[in-house]
Amino acid sequence: MTLFEFISTYWPRLLSGTGITVIQFFLAAALGVVISLGAGLMKLAPNRILRGFAITYIEIFRGTSLVVQLYWIFFVLPLLGVTIDKFTAGYLAVGMNIGAYGAELVRGGILSVPRGQWEAALAIGMSPAKRMRRIILPQALVNMLPPWGNLMIELLKGTALVSLISVADLMFESRQINASTYLSAQVFGAALLIYYILARFFVTPFMRWLEGFMARKIGREARGVGAN
Amino acid sequence: MEWKWEFTWEILPRLVVATGNTLVAAGAGYAIAIVLGLVLALAQRAPSRVLTFIVREFVEFIRSTPLILQIFFVFYVAPQFGIRLSPWVSGMIAIGLHYSAYLSEVYRGGIESVAKGQWEAATALNMTALQKYRRIIIPQSIPPALAGMGNYLVGIFKDTPMLSVIGVAELIHTANAIGAEHYRFLEPYTLVGIIFLAISLPAAGFIRLFEIYVRRKIRL
Amino acid sequence: MQDFSKFPLEIKGKNRPMVSFKKVRKAYGELVVLDNLDLDVAAGEMVSIIGPSGSGKTTVLRMLMTLEKINDGVIYVDGQPLTHMPKDDKLVWANQRYLRTRRADIGMCFQHFNLFPHMTALENCMEGPVQVLRISKQDARARSEELLEMVGMIDKKDEHPSRLSGGQQQRVAIARALAMRPKVMLFDEVTSALDPEVIGEVTHVIRKLVAAHNLTMLMVTHQMGFARDISDRVCFFYGGQIEEQGPPAELFGNPKKTRTQQFLSAVREAI
Repeated sequence: MTLFEFISTYWPRLLSGTGITVIQFFLAAALGVVISLGAGLMKLAPNRILRGFAITYIEIFRGTSLVVQLYWIFFVLPLLGVTIDKFTAGYLAVGMNIGAYGAELVRGGILSVPRGQWEAALAIGMSPAKRMRRIILPQALVNMLPPWGNLMIELLKGTALVSLISVADLMFESRQINASTYLSAQVFGAALLIYYILARFFVTPFMRWLEGFMARKIGREARGVGAN
Repeated sequence: MEWKWEFTWEILPRLVVATGNTLVAAGAGYAIAIVLGLVLALAQRAPSRVLTFIVREFVEFIRSTPLILQIFFVFYVAPQFGIRLSPWVSGMIAIGLHYSAYLSEVYRGGIESVAKGQWEAATALNMTALQKYRRIIIPQSIPPALAGMGNYLVGIFKDTPMLSVIGVAELIHTANAIGAEHYRFLEPYTLVGIIFLAISLPAAGFIRLFEIYVRRKIRL
Repeated sequence: MQDFSKFPLEIKGKNRPMVSFKKVRKAYGELVVLDNLDLDVAAGEMVSIIGPSGSGKTTVLRMLMTLEKINDGVIYVDGQPLTHMPKDDKLVWANQRYLRTRRADIGMCFQHFNLFPHMTALENCMEGPVQVLRISKQDARARSEELLEMVGMIDKKDEHPSRLSGGQQQRVAIARALAMRPKVMLFDEVTSALDPEVIGEVTHVIRKLVAAHNLTMLMVTHQMGFARDISDRVCFFYGGQIEEQGPPAELFGNPKKTRTQQFLSAVREAI
């Protein structure tokens, strides 16, 4: 069976799996961005407790493996009285994991804003919150967007692991089809192709666009097209 | 559910053995990735445009698709072409291949970080291409590449749980088995998490020290 | 297929030039950097190249060091073609192996020194002789130490470049190039990246070289006074061609062409 014949037969299941993958991606991305900002800012906070909390969170999630985190959230949390359905556990684990990596990018981005900007904001009498929101974060955001592009690809790949707790994403559907048809080359080949298309023609171009958009917004030249 | 220490001590030896397997898997995968990554990095610098393009796209493809899917692909598709691979071998191939793509980028970054003037000075001394790489370029590209190389060593270690899906008896696979036998998941999964932390956190620190040592050694 | 039959296979004769550019053309896409350049440099001659930026002066040296390929014409060094090699009694473009045999005649010093940062001053000087010329470490060391002495850097022979000032680095770079015993030395704006107060130590070394050795030298420089002092001939480049050339006293004292006059008065204005 050729790849084309295979896809024309099994496209509904591949499509529904892809749909779940995309939804998991968006939910995990939203969660990841929020956690990144929170943990990244907390790690820079003057308060030691806040800082300690952020550091613990970041080190735990970066120091262990996403699979372990996923299993822990899905299998162990219910034993401690917190029951989460598998779909939620999926994007929760992926988002929390990416959030730990993103927090470091946020921190780095904020630290990359020149000192003069902090001093200038202080000189015109801005409150710390306002200074962060209006002066520092916009510039930090532009500085940190390029590595976020890579992180989003990692996130997309990370969603494939939710299949391990039986969320019916693209990876899960592929395994199911493989188990019933033994058309391994076709099914896994098709899945590889779909992930590649999502990453190369959707996630990456969007992040590039966002980089350019944000850069223009603060009046900076965008990076050259195709620059890596 | 309460934590049972007795159960913890009972299962610990099995997890220690599994930790050994995990480290061996990570080490073997890394060894493949380090060599293959250099080949991919140098191939991207080859004069042939076609070769450069193909290798670039290949690296891009490997990097944008999930490792777990690549593991399944190698494990299930190779037999269709008459190649029987054990879970261990297919796992090592998949992980080695996946991370070689990342390492090739690290090497490329290291090589590109060497100033153009260094190449020119080497040419002015009439060096061969091999002499330039060996004596001038590679020694200077190692220190900037070390951080990335270290990160991916830890990265491979943390990705080994994916090998459990094809039956490699690493940590998560063993924890799954223990959980299924005893209907207790709290201890095995928590212990696995702690073992990962206990290895990857010091490893990151050690890698940083090693980087400083190498930088000092070649006085950059 | 380009035809190079109008160029000789080699230049013979006792008084043949050490360096000879014949109808050399260099372009980056549309932009022509050097057009139909003819330039002969006699053995032992010191030629300075001056001119506005973008006039192709540095390109002349880079082509001679084979860091840049030329688009047409032939460059000869010591009578033998450099950019080309003879094949079946015809000239064809040189391959890497041939270039390796010819480059040994030429040494170069760069604007930004380009010392190898992972080697000491002495190791920088020994690298070429040991690795490329394959002479013994002992001989290479003796040769390098002698040259470091000559440039006044023997006290610092075990320092890494990061511990040396720009002027010191450039002096080591000169010793490194000389350690290869080239017939032709190229100096590409060797004082441009230096702080004003250390320029003297580098020009002093070059003066010494001119006085004591019979090396053929080409120098691109912005220091008109220095060029005037030590050159046998000065070439003024403009728009990829030699606009005017002659002995320094003549070119600086009595320039014939309008562009030369304009350039020289603009340079004087800046001082």
